[in-house]
Amino acid sequence: MIEFVLDARSGVSPYLQVVHQVRRALRLGLLVEGDQLPTVKDVVASLAINPNTVLKAYRELERDGLVAARPGVGTFVTKTLADSSLAAHEPLRRDLGRWLGKARAAGLDDESIEALFMSTFRAMNEEIA
Amino acid sequence: MSAIVRTEGVGKKYRRRWALQDCTLDIPEGRVCGLVGPNGAGKSTLLGLTVGLLSPTVGSIEVCGGQPAVSSAQLAKVGFVAQDTPTYAGLTVADHLRMGAHLNPRWDDAAARRRIDRLGLDLRRRAGQLSGGQRAQLALTLGLAKHPDLLVLDEPVASLDPLARREFLQVLMEAVAEEGVSVLLSSHLVSDLERVCDHLIVLVDSQVKVSGDVDELLDTHHRLSGPLREEQGLPSDQSVVWSSHTDRQSTYVVRTDSPILDPAWSVTPLGLEDLVLAYLTATPTPSSASASAGRGLEVLR
Repeated sequence: MIEFVLDARSGVSPYLQVVHQVRRALRLGLLVEGDQLPTVKDVVASLAINPNTVLKAYRELERDGLVAARPGVGTFVTKTLADSSLAAHEPLRRDLGRWLGKARAAGLDDESIEALFMSTFRAMNEEIA
Repeated sequence: MSAIVRTEGVGKKYRRRWALQDCTLDIPEGRVCGLVGPNGAGKSTLLGLTVGLLSPTVGSIEVCGGQPAVSSAQLAKVGFVAQDTPTYAGLTVADHLRMGAHLNPRWDDAAARRRIDRLGLDLRRRAGQLSGGQRAQLALTLGLAKHPDLLVLDEPVASLDPLARREFLQVLMEAVAEEGVSVLLSSHLVSDLERVCDHLIVLVDSQVKVSGDVDELLDTHHRLSGPLREEQGLPSDQSVVWSSHTDRQSTYVVRTDSPILDPAWSVTPLGLEDLVLAYLTATPTPSSASASAGRGLEVLR
């Protein structure tokens, strides 16, 4: 079972924070197929948030085929995000390390690297969209 | 989905002053609706009208499908926790429960006792001896045990410390999850409402500035910043909520259903707090368009 935390200052809406936290847990292998997500009532009771927020997050995860709701029982993970891509992490990390080395050599500081990464990331997403 | 509260041109006048004007609202069933605005904006007046403690000077209001407080059946549908979560200081917790059971036809005694038990309140304690947080919880317990379709709360957490505030909202949200009660609560602090509300009404100077589902409000409001530009230079489908100009830069908060395509703007999404603040600090309507244009010109000179 995982526990959600909310960052009020992040500017990200609570429902998206829940979605992101589930996806991250799936990606890192903290949640695997068959695991149960906290019940809506549990999340509401621990975070003092609107139940519709949790329902909306779970519905979105359901739409993405990551979880399934069993009425009266709870919501369960139906797909793992980790195994297929986990193997690819290491070579990608090495590539990224090399790239970071090049960026540093070119004189970029941390902030510039982050800005460059995010703007490229966004530009690519827009091309796809 | 049907409306739990529907108002049509509602106004309330005290002597010569309008406490609420031209209020037209539609709050869908099952929502947790936050009512925000500065002190004196008319929040308590709107809540008083909703529960039937006040009657409108003009306009009509419908709550849970009927006129507020028109019959005992109608009274049973609406729970009200007034400002500062009042209880009877001389009565014990048990007395409060007994009174609630006698006064309310839909009273759920088992649920009330379960809640009191979980909160760890001693049934023999007088309400006057309880802490502020415990008194608030007692008032909330009474409001929920009444088993209403709509629970109205006036500034329920304003006087509570952060921990008591969190505990109060936890109990309230659990009740929403379990029983599906609709909630209307006021606050002058947006941060209290951000987690719990999925519908929002912003009230300023006795008028409703904006109302709607939080997700929709967040999707349709944007902050634009870029080179100095007059308000008239914006597309007609973008209505300006707030604007600020320096000698070379303009910042706008606009509401629009269409995407912002102009590449000159850098567009950032608004959080709920920023959105509310934009309405609270907006230039006064209805002449805001000409007024802010005038300011824009001054800056240009």
